[in-house]
Amino acid sequence: MSGFSRRQFLAAGGSVSLAVALSGCASPIGSSFTGSQPQTADVIFWHLFGGGDGANMATMVEDAQASSRRSVESTLLSWGNPYYTKLSLSASSGRPPDVSIAHLSRLPLLAQAELIEPVGDQFRAQGVTEDKFTPAAWEKATVGGTPYAVPIDTHPFVLFYNTELAEKAGLLDPSGDGLTPMRNSDDFVAALQAMKDTNGLDFAAVASITADPSTCWRFFLMIYSGLAGPIVSDGGTEVTIDRAAMEETFAFMQGLTQGQELMPRNATATTSTTLFSQGRVGFLFDGVWQIPTYRGVEGLEFNVVPFPALLGPDPVAYADSHALVIPRAAGRSAQRTEDAVGFIKGLLDLSAIWADGGHVPAWLPVQESEEFLELKPQSNYTEAAFNAIYDPPGWYTGAGSDFQTAMGSVIASVLTGATDPTSGVAAMETSLKTFSTARPPV
Amino acid sequence: MTATALPLPATEVGTKDRPESTRRAPRGENRAGWLFATPFLAFYIAFLIGPVLIGLVISLFNTTTVRAGLGEWAGLSNYADVLSNGDFWASMWHSVLFTLLTTPLLVLLPLAFAILVSRISRNQWFFRLAFFAPYVVPSAAVCLIFAFMYTPETGLITNAFGWFGLTAPDFFGSTSGAWFAVVLLTLWWTFGFNFILYTAAIQEISEEVYEAAKMDGASPWQQIRLITVPLLRPTMGLVLILQVLSSLKVFDQIYILLAGGPAYSTRPVIQYIFDTGFSSYRGGYAAAATMVYFVILVLVSAAWFLLRRRSNSANA
Repeated sequence: MSGFSRRQFLAAGGSVSLAVALSGCASPIGSSFTGSQPQTADVIFWHLFGGGDGANMATMVEDAQASSRRSVESTLLSWGNPYYTKLSLSASSGRPPDVSIAHLSRLPLLAQAELIEPVGDQFRAQGVTEDKFTPAAWEKATVGGTPYAVPIDTHPFVLFYNTELAEKAGLLDPSGDGLTPMRNSDDFVAALQAMKDTNGLDFAAVASITADPSTCWRFFLMIYSGLAGPIVSDGGTEVTIDRAAMEETFAFMQGLTQGQELMPRNATATTSTTLFSQGRVGFLFDGVWQIPTYRGVEGLEFNVVPFPALLGPDPVAYADSHALVIPRAAGRSAQRTEDAVGFIKGLLDLSAIWADGGHVPAWLPVQESEEFLELKPQSNYTEAAFNAIYDPPGWYTGAGSDFQTAMGSVIASVLTGATDPTSGVAAMETSLKTFSTARPPV
Repeated sequence: MTATALPLPATEVGTKDRPESTRRAPRGENRAGWLFATPFLAFYIAFLIGPVLIGLVISLFNTTTVRAGLGEWAGLSNYADVLSNGDFWASMWHSVLFTLLTTPLLVLLPLAFAILVSRISRNQWFFRLAFFAPYVVPSAAVCLIFAFMYTPETGLITNAFGWFGLTAPDFFGSTSGAWFAVVLLTLWWTFGFNFILYTAAIQEISEEVYEAAKMDGASPWQQIRLITVPLLRPTMGLVLILQVLSSLKVFDQIYILLAGGPAYSTRPVIQYIFDTGFSSYRGGYAAAATMVYFVILVLVSAAWFLLRRRSNSANA
């Protein structure tokens, strides 16, 4: 018999795999067997940004590496629930990244489950302290009195307008580069009416309603929060709806789509992009992250401002924030923690690049810098970051959650006219009940 | 039966008087058998029996997935919550609907194609390979390829509708379009497995039966209808139950291609369990949902087993 016998072959195979296992302790494959963190770079960083935001983040990571001589391995994971599931499971199994992005609206659950480290002394030593952040963002980063995340931005729901159409409708403020001040919902509706009538448009404004529950939810919570407090409290276990306020909110929203027909009631994300890009509506209600979508549109001149006060006395902006967190890992060395903190500080200092995506930097040294103040339209709506209202804290709320989908679906049916305001309130209560009565996991 | 001098049929004598030793392996052989089965049993206990038992235990507790320990005792309340949860039953229905949509196609079409291929006289290997090859592609790769082809405006399948003057459904944005997308993908992807089962069964049918039929003047169509199909009935039964069980277990395609969307209208029960158990950390609740689902699968298998036993004894 020539060549290998079966026994020899098996023995050879076995020793090769053993050798790989033994020599591979430092490699990711080896560390996955020993249960320690892989150490392929000084800082392992996870984020969820694709598109323009992803490109900006890549630039920031590169610049942060170059200025600090710290190596950073950055990984892009898919947005939403899959991201948070991976982050949670990696932290609970003791092998998380050193730094990761999290939405502040998703922070309460991560903090309560003890999956992330509090923002402690090491940050203070680097000058990362409360007084240098937009207060609303820092407050949202605080869970039970302890800060758990370093906010990098605020991205509010804002009012886009077509400059040319607004000028024709006489809505531009002669003294500045914004709209004439509006004090309440009547002023706002009058402005929309003027936009529609003067320009002979089918509709004055558009928001993405069909199959876009998150946008419906943002639009709703902004108006409702002018009148009342959070719709759930006690970590999400108590429904605290103000029925009268909610009915008033629904009636006002339905008035825009139904009564005066100032907005189309069936508009997908594509419809709203098309209508606003082509100048067929004067206003767009959407998040600031849509600014890059319209920046390149030829023949479209637009500006972005915060929403005025609508039903309540003060302006309110629905917002969320991206923040940097350090997931908890028992075996992380002091050196790695220091690198992580240094990297986070580096990203904060570079957040003027981040503002390009429409976000308002939360780090005041950048927010108040000349560089940002000159950035238009971003610096127009800095005020919205200060008036920010986030998702109510709870284990089921936050960006991309089932909760937003469920709430948004009810709101969409009010906007399309399928549900009247009173039944809308009842439907919200029913829908909330399934969340509030489920046993919280933490 | 009374004791008479009448000779009993040979077969009955055989079964009745079979000595003990032929039914049972000798002791030493028995021990060796267990020894050989040990590697399998170790894995079976570690990765199947063990997790099922752990799942059973944590379904009785309010366990948090991301924390060590069982959490507080919950009794049967997780089960009560699962059984009264509309989302759970909606996702159960999606798994059943997927089964109803895919099973007839995946039982009958591979049968038809296996018979057709068996009648080709040359280069059968090519057709077998062509039909079986997609089955070995990993689910993530299949889903990526189909996601390209389903892309609105630019996708191949979207455009193919245009060639026939039809408008393609919204494969990702509408529920019916999403079901169409995932069923077509599954058909292409898993077709080969059933095809191979049928092909193997066709090869088992003795050539002499066909020869005899040919001598009696049976046409090819009569041969298929009166010989091949009836002799494939046991295989069809097997393919049917395997297909029902694997369709009820659907997860990969729907999760990767659609993430259960739009608005969870295609989310199968396994994704529901995954979402509650891992994304929402509700380990105890998800374990209870798994147990309910497990019981349903066992009931389906048992029902099939009983039906089959009855039809077998009716045939005998």
